[in-house]
Amino acid sequence: MLQQILYAGLMVAIAIAIFIGYFWGANWLLDRMLVTAPAMGQAASTRRDRLRTRIRPWLFIAPALIFLTVYLVYPVFETLRLSLFDRLGQNFVWFRNYEWAFGDPVFWQSALNNLGWLLIVPALCVAFGLLVAVLADRVWWGGVAKTLIFMPMAISFVGASVIWRFVYAYRAEDQDQIGILNAIVTAFGGEPQAWLQIPFLNSFLLMVILIWIQTGFAMVILSAALRGIPQETIEAARIDGANEVQIFFTIMIPQIAGTILVVWTTITIIVLKVFDIVYAMTNGEFDTQVLANLMYRWTFISGDTGRGSAIAIILMIAVLPVMIWNIRRARMAEATH
Amino acid sequence: MSTLKITDLNKRYGNVHILKDVNLDIESGEFIVFVGPSGCGKSTLLRCISGLETISSGTIAIDGREVNDVAPSKRGIAMVFQSYALYPHMNVYRNMAYGLKLMGMPKDQIDVRVKAAAEKLQLTSYLHRLPKALSGGQRQRVAIGRAIVRDPKVFLFDEPLSNLDAALRVQMRIEISQLKDQLPNTTMIYVTHDQVEAMTMADRIVVLKDGVVQQVGSPLELYERPQSLFVAGFIGSPKMNFLHNEHAAKFGAHTVGVRAEHLEVTPSDGAWSGKVIYSENLGADSYIYLDIGEAEPMILRQSGKAPYQAGDTVSVSPKPHELHRFDATGQPILH
Repeated sequence: MLQQILYAGLMVAIAIAIFIGYFWGANWLLDRMLVTAPAMGQAASTRRDRLRTRIRPWLFIAPALIFLTVYLVYPVFETLRLSLFDRLGQNFVWFRNYEWAFGDPVFWQSALNNLGWLLIVPALCVAFGLLVAVLADRVWWGGVAKTLIFMPMAISFVGASVIWRFVYAYRAEDQDQIGILNAIVTAFGGEPQAWLQIPFLNSFLLMVILIWIQTGFAMVILSAALRGIPQETIEAARIDGANEVQIFFTIMIPQIAGTILVVWTTITIIVLKVFDIVYAMTNGEFDTQVLANLMYRWTFISGDTGRGSAIAIILMIAVLPVMIWNIRRARMAEATH
Repeated sequence: MSTLKITDLNKRYGNVHILKDVNLDIESGEFIVFVGPSGCGKSTLLRCISGLETISSGTIAIDGREVNDVAPSKRGIAMVFQSYALYPHMNVYRNMAYGLKLMGMPKDQIDVRVKAAAEKLQLTSYLHRLPKALSGGQRQRVAIGRAIVRDPKVFLFDEPLSNLDAALRVQMRIEISQLKDQLPNTTMIYVTHDQVEAMTMADRIVVLKDGVVQQVGSPLELYERPQSLFVAGFIGSPKMNFLHNEHAAKFGAHTVGVRAEHLEVTPSDGAWSGKVIYSENLGADSYIYLDIGEAEPMILRQSGKAPYQAGDTVSVSPKPHELHRFDATGQPILH
C-alpha cells in the first residue's frame, strides 16, 4: 500500500519534471537558436525577434495540442471510420450501420428516452436550483441546506446509483421492504411496487437520480448570479410597486437569464451523455434504454464496433449544436467583459 | 399639497443606534437637502422615508397620513438611486413604463406619460436603447424620468450625482434645479455629502451628524449663523478657521471661528499674526496659509494674486461682525 503510494507520487513528480524540463528546455533552445547579437544589423535582428515571438506560443501549447489530438481528435475520426465498416471493422459497408440504427425500434426507444431526459432533467435541475438559491438566502439555516444539496455533486454517478437502488429496492410482499420508497408506501397502507420495472415511471425515477446530483451545481451557479444582481434594482422595483413574485420574474430572472442558459446547456450536455446511471440501475431493461448505454452494449457486449460507432456518431452530432452554441456564448461573454 | 412630517424617529440595527430622535417638518414644494459626513445616517433617513427601511420608533406622515406601515409604492414617493438602478434588461421606455404598468394604468396613458417625461429630459431619441448603451448623464436622466412618470408627491434623491464626473455633475445639478422649478408642488429631498450641492440647490439644508439633526435652515442661515461648531466647520469651503486658547480668549470665548473670506490683512497689530507657510493662487482668489501657533494653519482668502512669500509675517483681523464665538460645549455665544 505504502509502496504504491510512493510509486504514484514518484510518477507524478517525474511527469511534472519532464514537463518543466520540456518548457524550460524548449524555451532555452529557441532563445539560443534565434539569438540576436548587436553585430547582425537592424533588419536581421528585427526579423529574428519577430520569428521568436511567433514560435514561442506554439512551443508552449504543443503538449496540450498533441494530447488533444491523440485522445480526442483521432478517436472521433476512428469512430467515424468504424461506423462505416462491418462488425469487426474489416469490410466497408457504406451507411448500412446507420440504416440499421434508424430502422431499429430499440434505437428509437433509446432516442425517445434520451429526449425525455433532455427535456425533464435540465428543466427540473434549473427550477429546483433556482428555488433553493432564492429561498436559502432567506433563512438562517440556508447555508446548511445548500451544503447538503450540493453534496451529491461529489458522488459519482455509479455511487449515486447504488444509493438509489436502496431507495427503489423491492422485496416480495411477504418480506420486509428494505427500500425507503416501498417502506413509505406500505406504511401508508399501499402495495409495494417493483418501481424500476414500471415503464415511463422507471425512466423518470432514473432521472431523479441525475436531478439529485445536478441540482447542487445549478444552485451554486445561480446563487452566485443572484448575488450579482444589484440590490438597488430590486429596491427600485419595490418602489415601482412590484411584489416579491413580480420582482422575481420580471427583475431577477431576466438579469440572470444568461447564467440560466449556461447552466441549462451544461446540464443538457451531461444528460445527452448519460450512461452510468442507466447501466448501473436497469442496464437499459424495462424500456429505460438510452443511446449511450445502447452504444456500449453493441460495442462491448455484442462486439459490433460498426453499429456501436454509428450510435456514437449520431449521439455526437446531437450534442454538437448545443456545444457550439455554448462555446459561442462563452466567447461572447468573454468579449463583453 | 404634500407635507412631510417626521416625529421622534429612531432607527436601530441591533445595538447600533443609527438615527436618534429625528424631528422634521417639510413643507410642500420645498427642496430639502440632507447633508453630513459619511455614516451620519442621511441615506438611512431617506430610506426610512421611502419605506425601504422600517423605523424602530416614531412616525412618518405624508400629507397628514401616517405611513409607517405603508408599502413604498403606496407612499406617493419616487426615488433616484446613486447607482441609477435602471433595469438592465429593459430599454429606456420600459424602464419608465414598468411602475405604471404595475399600477394597472392603460397602455395609451402610459405612452403619453412616458413620452412627456422623455421629452422633458431630452430622452426621446433614446427610448429604445438599453441602459448599457447610454452615457452616465443619460442614465441619470432615465432614472429621473422613471421617478417623474410616477407623478410623486415626494421625490427622493440618494446621492444621485456622485457617479458622474465633475463637469457633468455641475450640468445635472442645474438640470435638477430646473426640474424642481417645473414641478412646484413636488417636495424634493436630496441626500449628498457635497456641501456645494447642498448650498446651491437647497431651500433648506438639514445637517446630520451621528444620526442627530444638528441644524435645519436655509443655506445662508447655516453659513451665517451656525448653531454648533460642527455646522460651522462643515458648511463653507475652505473650512472655517478655528482658534483656541489665547487666540480665542481675547474675544472671550473657548473657541472662535472665522471664515477665510472674513479675514483682513492689517498693517500690524491685528488680532492674530503668523508666518506664511505657503500660498495658492487660483486666479480670481488666492489662499494664504498662516502658521499662528495653532495645530492647523489659518487660511486667509484674498481676491486677486497674493503678494506674500513663504516666511513673511502677516497680521490679520476678522471683519466686524464676522466672528463666531463658541463656548466649551461647542454652542455659539450670542453677541
